[in-house]
Formats: sequence, structure tokens, C-alpha cells
Amino acid sequence: MPTGDAAPDSQSQPHAGASSVSYENVTKRYEGSAEPAVDKLTLEVAAGEICILVGPSGCGKTTAMRMVNRTVEMTSGEIRIGGHSVRDRDPAKLRREIGYVIQQVGLFPHRTIAQNIATVPTLLGWPRERIRARTAELLELIRLDPELADRFPAQLSGGQQQRVGVARALAVDPPVMLMDEPFGAIDPINRERLQNEFLRLQAEIRKTILFVTHDIDEAIKMGDRIAVMREQGRVEQFATPAELLMEPATEFVEDFVGADRALKRLALMRVRDISLWVAPLATAGEPTAAVRAKLDSPEVEVRYPLLVDAARRPLGWLSERDLRAETVPERADSPLGPVLELDDVMRDALADLLQAGVQYAAVVDGAGAVAGILSVEIISEFLASPGAKQDELEAVERPK
Amino acid sequence: MSGLASLLPPAAYSFGGAFEFIFSEQASNVTGGKKVGGIEQVLELAATQVQVSILALLLALLIALPIGLYFGHRGVGELLAVGIGNAGRAVPELALIALVAVVIGVGTLTLVLVLAALGIAPILTNTFVGIRQVDRASVDAARGAGMTEFQILRKVELPLAVPSIMQGVRGASVNIVATATIAPLVGVLTLGEFILNENVYGSDGVLAGAICTAVLALIFEFGLAALQRRLTSKGLKLQQASA
Amino acid sequence: MSALGGLSGLVHPSLAAIGEVGEGFFKERTEGNLPCQARTSHLFCWDWATEHIDRYGTPTLQQAELVVISVIAGFVIAFALGLLAHRVRWLRPPLLAGTGILFAIPSIALFLLLLPITGRGRETAIIALTAYTLQIIYRNVVLGLDNVPGPVKDAARGMGLTSRQILWKVEVPMAVPEIIAGLRVATVSTVAIATLAVFAGGGGLGTQILGEANLTFPTAIVIAMVIVIAMGLFFDLILLTIQRLLTPWRRVRVV
Ligand SMILES: Nc1ncnc2c1ncn2[C@@H]1O[C@H](COP(=O)(O)OP(=O)(O)OP(=O)(O)O)[C@@H](O)[C@H]1O
Ligand SMILES: [Mg+2]
Repeated sequence: MPTGDAAPDSQSQPHAGASSVSYENVTKRYEGSAEPAVDKLTLEVAAGEICILVGPSGCGKTTAMRMVNRTVEMTSGEIRIGGHSVRDRDPAKLRREIGYVIQQVGLFPHRTIAQNIATVPTLLGWPRERIRARTAELLELIRLDPELADRFPAQLSGGQQQRVGVARALAVDPPVMLMDEPFGAIDPINRERLQNEFLRLQAEIRKTILFVTHDIDEAIKMGDRIAVMREQGRVEQFATPAELLMEPATEFVEDFVGADRALKRLALMRVRDISLWVAPLATAGEPTAAVRAKLDSPEVEVRYPLLVDAARRPLGWLSERDLRAETVPERADSPLGPVLELDDVMRDALADLLQAGVQYAAVVDGAGAVAGILSVEIISEFLASPGAKQDELEAVERPK
Repeated sequence: MSGLASLLPPAAYSFGGAFEFIFSEQASNVTGGKKVGGIEQVLELAATQVQVSILALLLALLIALPIGLYFGHRGVGELLAVGIGNAGRAVPELALIALVAVVIGVGTLTLVLVLAALGIAPILTNTFVGIRQVDRASVDAARGAGMTEFQILRKVELPLAVPSIMQGVRGASVNIVATATIAPLVGVLTLGEFILNENVYGSDGVLAGAICTAVLALIFEFGLAALQRRLTSKGLKLQQASA
Repeated sequence: MSALGGLSGLVHPSLAAIGEVGEGFFKERTEGNLPCQARTSHLFCWDWATEHIDRYGTPTLQQAELVVISVIAGFVIAFALGLLAHRVRWLRPPLLAGTGILFAIPSIALFLLLLPITGRGRETAIIALTAYTLQIIYRNVVLGLDNVPGPVKDAARGMGLTSRQILWKVEVPMAVPEIIAGLRVATVSTVAIATLAVFAGGGGLGTQILGEANLTFPTAIVIAMVIVIAMGLFFDLILLTIQRLLTPWRRVRVV
């Protein structure tokens, strides 16, 4: 199993060092309990993917995850990393090649941040200079002030500690990471931030990640694939987030995903993934008659034209009074309101509309030029139409 | 029949006399002209007490620390470890020393062994508890990072258990130094010689012995407290302060 | 081992008799015809014990009394100090250091150091024993009060309890197990240490150990020792029972 410490390449290819993880009929029976905690689990995690294990408390997620680095020994079955059985490895050596992040972080309180991050490199006997360089690199990767390197864990906030926990797990650039509810103990605002940061990080490092959570929203947000588990580690459905929301395989999954799964789908989509309304555009000096003609066109669904500059950047909405003049004025009567971007997440876009109290808003592309109009109506029709499923599936399956 | 008190004439105790006894030799009540007290004799007796105490403390540490670490790390034998601590407290040192003297015999080796036995209980119990109290998440993370069991014990559990272990060592030291005071009962002359032989050294000698013993014990206590501060990681102190 | 060898030369001449006794223990056969009470080598002589058990009554009661009074006094003082330190945080280091010094001074020395001030007697013994218990109890009171989770206190405050009410209705009750744990340690140790009260003229079972007749007679020492250990166990059980009664919530078992 390769354990390169080369700088991670930032292409969207799986990292050269990422390995697949496969469970074959894995069973774990804890001593003294009649029922197995995990029963004949079979699961295939592709290299470079985030695979979420999600399910109710006690269903065996942690047990399933910990059998990979043998902090829990399986009773029977086989787990392979990159095709090699974990059983053949010395547990301590195996673990040094697998990143491990837990909810309680578990930083060593008697060691500095730098020393904590250097745990595995030190165990592997790296030369001091290399450790120092790698620590600095990791601090930058997790965007932690290098000044904090010589502090102790007690001097860091919970969120900072968890970032250090992630850096410690990444120290030797392991091909596989195990994360057990890594953001579970963090307040919602910081959790959101850490999740986003981690997704950004993963886009760079492309590790194979087993990620345990019992929060379905987190699963949908973070996962490339999600395994919904119930008692004894039985996988009810193993699918992409979109498939899970669109077509829950069983009643259990449907219940678990929740009644608001329609709304959750919006979290998976971006504005560009939906067909927008055509915007009737007007530039200053243009004859109002021509503008009125555009408004009458059958594909235009709004009653007012959008004033734009020469680069098609939106300036404001023209009113009835503006149109009474001979030519389009320099300044629009009505304010522009919220402006959305094609890359905005749909859920956020809807929130913007509702917050501003408007029915629709201009959408711009990366250059700031108008690309169309998004309305509350589009969104509600989209959510209501079962026929849209296929489009949507395609839309959301694009890599993030 | 009530022991010492009835055997001796009522004496007048004064600190002034005691300090005089410590710093200058004086004639004994009974030995007829032989001089007693004085800084030289005090230092000689103190040196013996320090030596047997340190030897006993080291021996206790040598025995109790590995056992406490092992059982603490494995998380087994809690009843035994805590039970030994409780049992150790219940034994009256005076009776133990007297019994050992009459049954096994006198001598330095006997004394050191008995004193060490007294020190084992607190060190063993506190080491066990200290290791068990280490945050399980840190141990889990250490194991997950690929430390061997020995590395987990040495690099994570031991440093984090230092305050508790040192608490046990200090408890053992208090016990050992105090009991070494009555070592003359097993024929080893420590500062307790002044205390146990009032007929030879007089009331000034008794009080002088008490003063010197107290000072000696406090030196041990402050020394070990300083050692504890040195051995405790700064990060751990910060964590304790913020908790 | 050269250090040990050097030290063994210091054996006090006046104790040579004891040394011979010790050796005699291994040559038991030579005194085989004597009745057991006369044989100093016998670890325990039942005949003597049954005949003379009466003489242990008064010292036992004396020692028990010393312990009960000292622990109660120690508890009152240490509890008050603990409450004070709970409120006034900066008092903690000096209080810990102060009680720590009293704890570290060998009790035998403390007994004697009090002689010029309070004279020989029971009171002196009680003062010294009380001083000895302070550290253990104080430490556990502070620990117990600190251990009450913040959310519990917040909830209490949210329900409109005053600081005083929170202290007496929430913090103190929740600290009971910790406080009693401290009391148990302090009590058992004090039972053992009160054996030394004889040096302060405070009576107790030490009187049955010191004194020439006893020092050379194992049976006398063993009886005193057994009584002391049993007394420690007895008080420990009483405190355990009190804890059970005071903290019924701890007995609730999850089925
Ligand atoms: N060390 C152990 N010994 C015995 N049983 C255990 C042990 N660890 C877990 N179990 C049991 O195995 C089952 C699965 O536990 P596991 O910790 O894997 O669940 P989980 O899905 O991670 O739950 P949670 O969301 O609460 O963390 C539970 O019934 C649990 O009680
Ligand atoms: Mg879990």
C-alpha cells in the first residue's frame, strides 16, 4: 500500500495514493452480546470518494468503520484496502497509513499543535527538517495561523482543535481516511464552515474517505455515496445523495431521509441546473417600442424589462412609467433587488428570494452578465413535477 | 497501664530548649556525662532518615509504578488496585513496625522493606487511577495513529497521568518519612531516636526531634511538589487551568 | 547495597534485646516447653488473648472517640474552607498549600510540636488529628463542588434559584458522593494514625503497643493492630451507609 508523502496533486483525478476499500461479508460480534453489531456487511468504496455511513444510533456505523484500521477486530469476513487484506498487516503499521479523525478529536493535551500534527511522521522516524516542513504545509492546508503551531490544544477553540485533528490524520498523506462524526460536537455555524472547508480540501487531496454521521443533512452534503444503515450494519441503500432523495429504496430510507426531502434536493442543485426564464433586456437609449415588443414575446414571463449596461450587467427594473418615454432612460425606476449567480446553491437562491420578498430575480454568470431570471414559481413547479426527476438526476450527479 | 505517659515524669516542653538542643551539645540526664544533641548528631540521624526514606520510596516506586501502569493501561484489576490503597491506609504504622521488630528482627534492610511496603499502596492506586482517567479519546486517537500499546502507555498515558502519580508519590513520601521516625524501634537510628528516648534526651530532645522531623518531611514534600511541576507538561497545566 | 550495610551498624544498643527476640523466633524449638504467653516468639497466643482482652476496652473507646471528634471537627472546618474556596477562587492555592503542609508534617511530630502550646492530653491529640484530616476532606469538597456540570447550574439559575439556593439545593447535594469519599479516606487514615496519639498523651491503642512489656510481646501488638484495622473498616462501612442514604439517586439502576 503506497504511503507517498508527495504533495497532493490538485486535479480532479483520484489521488495517486488513494485506495479503494471493500468489505466482504464482514461480521463483528462483541464478546458477551448475542446479536452481532455488524452482520455480513458488504460494501465497495471507490478510490477518491467520500462514502458516508449514516443511520440511527447503535446501528453499527462506528464498528463498521473501526474494523478498517483494526481498532475493532472483525469476527469474520474480509476488508481489503487497495486489494490487500487488512488482516495481513501489523495493526500499528496499518494504522499509520490510515488517517483517523474522531468526534472528541482526542488531541494530546501535553503536546503542542505542531507535535500533535507530527504524531505519525514522528512514529515513522522522519527527519526533523521534513517533519517541520510538512507541519507548516498542513497548517496552511487547514488554514490555521502558523503562530498557533507552538500552542497547546487547551489554547484552541473547538473548531480549531477539530481542524488540527484533520491535519494530524493527513500528516503522512494516507490513501484512506476514517472520520467518525468529525463535526458532531461543533456548533451549527462552525460545523457548516468546517464542512465547506473540508469539501474544498477534499477537492484538492481526493482521498478515499469513510465518513460516519447520523445527520442525514450532513450525509447529503458531504457524500459522493451514502450507505444508509439500520440495525446490525444492514445497508438499506447504497447510492448517490440524489438517488437517495429521489428514489428511496425502502420505507426505512424514506423515513430516515425525512418528509422534507424535496427541499433537501435543492441543497444539491445549483441555479445553472434548472431552466431559467428568458430576461427581456433593455439598454439606455433603445426605443421603448422595441422593448415593449420583447415583453410581448411568448417566451417572456415577466411583466417588466431589465435595464442592463453595454456588458449586459443588470442595473435595475424598468417601470411602466419608464416605458412611457420615447427611449429607455439611463436610470431604472425600480431597484434591482437580489442578484443571483449561476453557481449559487438552489436552496440559498430560494432563501434570497424569500428574504427580499420578491417573486423573481436576475441571475448573472461569472462575468456578471445576465443569464436569465429565477423565480419562486420555477422552483415550486420544479419541486412539484415528477417528470423533472430525470433531468434533475443528471443535473445533480455532476461532480461538485 | 497507659504506656509512655505514665512511665515518665511530667516534663516542661519549650521551643527555646528544643532549638538549643538542636544547635549545641548538652549533658544527658542519664548517661552520666555523655553529651547528647547538637547539630552534628542531628545531621547524622537526619542523614540516616533521608537515606532509608529515599531508598524505600524508590523501591516502592520500582514495584508499584510498573504494576499500576500495566493494570491501568489494560483497564483490569480495579478492585485490587483500589483495594490495596484502602487496605494500606488502614494499617497502623506503629503496630506494623513494632511487630516487624519483634517477629522478623531489627536492621536496615527490614526497615527499608517495611517502609517500601507502606509506599506501594498509594503509588499503585494513584498510578492506576491516573492512567484510567486519561481521556479515552486521546488514547483512541493514539491507537488510531498507529502507536503500539507500549508507545501509547509511554507517550500518552504516562505523561498525562503524572499529576496523579506524583500525588501518590507524595502520599507515599509523607507516610514513609513519618514512619521512618519510629525506625529506632527496628534498631535504625533516625531523628525519632530523640523522640522515643525521652529519658536520655529529655523533653528538649523530644521536641527537637519533632521539629527536625517536621522540617525533613516538608523538605521532601516541597521537593516532590517541585518535581511534579517539572514533570507536568505545560499543555496539561493549561488544560487543568481552563477546566 | 553498601549503603544498607553501612546503616545497619547504627542499631541502637538499647534495642539489642529486641534483636535477640527476633532471632529467637526462628529457633522456636529451644523454648518449646514454656507456656505460650511467656514465649515472645509466638506470633499469637490465644490463651493470653482471651484472658487479657478486657484491657483493650478503654484504649479502643479512647481511640474511637479521638477519631470521631477529629473527623467531625475536620469536616466542619474543611467544608467551610471548601465553600469559601468555591466562592473566592484566588483562595484556592493558599488553602491547598496550607492544608497540604499540615498533611505532610508527620503526625507524630505534630503531636509533639503541640506539647509546648497545649500540653499533654486528649485535646492535643485531637487538634493534631483534625489538622491531618483537613487536606483530604478540603480537596474533595472543592472537587465535588467543581464537578457539578455547568448546564445543571444554568438550568437551576434559569428556574430562578438564587446563588445561595443553587449552592445548597444543587451543588452541595451533587457533591455528596465526592465529599463522603474524602471523609472515608480521612477517617480510615485517622483511625490508623490515632494509634500515635500516645505520644501526645492522648491514650488510645498505641498505649498497648509502646511500653517495654508490649514491645517485646507480639500478641499484644497483633491484638492492637487487628482492633485498629477493624475499627477503620467499621467506620468505613458507616460512612458508606450514610452515603447510600444521602444519595438515593445513585442507586437507581438502569435495567
Ligand atoms: N466495545 C463494545 N462492546 C460491546 N458492544 C459494543 C461495543 N461497542 C459497540 N457495541 C454495540 O454494538 C452496537 C453498534 O455500536 P456502534 O458504536 O458501532 O454504533 P453506532 O452506529 O456508531 O452508534 P452511534 O451513532 O451512537 O455512535 C451497539 O449495539 C453497541 O451497543
Ligand atoms: Mg458511533
